[in-house]
Amino acid sequence: MVVKADTVSGSDMANPLRREVRQLYKNLLYLGREYPQGADYFRERLNSAFMKNKYVTDPKEIRKLVDCGEDVIKELGTMYYLREYSIMKKRFYEEELLGLLNIGRPTD
Amino acid sequence: MSRVLVGVKRVIDYAVKIRVKPDHSGVVTDGVKHSMNPFCEIAVEEAVKLKEKKFIKEVVAVSCGPTQVTETIRTALAMGCDRGIHVEVSGKDYEAMGPLQISKIFAALAKKEEASLVILGKQAIDDDCNQTGQMTAALLDWPQGTFASEVTIDGEKVKVVREIDGGLETIKISMPAVLTADLRLNTPRYATLPNIMKAKKKKIANMKPADLGVDEPPTRLAGVKVETVDDLVAKLKANGTI
Repeated sequence: MVVKADTVSGSDMANPLRREVRQLYKNLLYLGREYPQGADYFRERLNSAFMKNKYVTDPKEIRKLVDCGEDVIKELGTMYYLREYSIMKKRFYEEELLGLLNIGRPTD
Repeated sequence: MSRVLVGVKRVIDYAVKIRVKPDHSGVVTDGVKHSMNPFCEIAVEEAVKLKEKKFIKEVVAVSCGPTQVTETIRTALAMGCDRGIHVEVSGKDYEAMGPLQISKIFAALAKKEEASLVILGKQAIDDDCNQTGQMTAALLDWPQGTFASEVTIDGEKVKVVREIDGGLETIKISMPAVLTADLRLNTPRYATLPNIMKAKKKKIANMKPADLGVDEPPTRLAGVKVETVDDLVAKLKANGTI
């Protein structure tokens, strides 16, 4: 699905911003492949989020939205890391966790 | 103090539910999602961090295995490694491969590349061997800082805080050295699309274990079960191990 992220035309600002917005979309789409509720779910939400801002023309507004998108990228990266970390921690450090929770080991 | 070698292993993804093959000959790997061993991700992150802090100049990512492991090397490159080395081993040889062969390969590469540090994950999540780092250090006769949860470079020495039973241990070892990464060492960065694109320009050299003077691994022999400890001691004495 081709998403025309903004309809600014003619001005010098348009081209670099348009490229940035397109790159942002691609970057988010790439990250969305690992999304817990599924890549398709993510893509639908991503598309509607971009479509919602389809007619924004003010470069400052677009900049703000792009920065917002960059924040989402960071959040996704953090979420994926936490997911991996918590599973790894449970798998390898269960004894430690039990200790923290003051649950004793079963007696021999 | 110029170059760090990081070993990365391609394993079945940590989140995948493992299934045993119907003939019980192993686990199902065809079509199953594979990714970089989580402890290897931490090793790569540490190496890249050291480079960003300007302690080292170059990070080389190494992986041993069939063609598919180049994907894992590419991920390491996307995380910030400068170049990669793919030591090609496939088929039966790859299945027979274990920490000893890998260590021989890493030791040979560490010497060839004149590395100051070899950083590995503490263990792989598929075999849980926890041997490659230690064996590599022994083959090179280098000091080792294993289960590292904190690494600081101090001149020609490395200060390593190690996770051990009962707490933490701090050691200071000279370089060159081998380090193995534990879970709390750092937070690996996620390889985003722009970084993956940039990584496509980075080089991955291809070689065989023979190029490094490492022999083919021997076919793995079946183990023997014994009933008692006395039987075990007798068997070990009989085959000359003790």
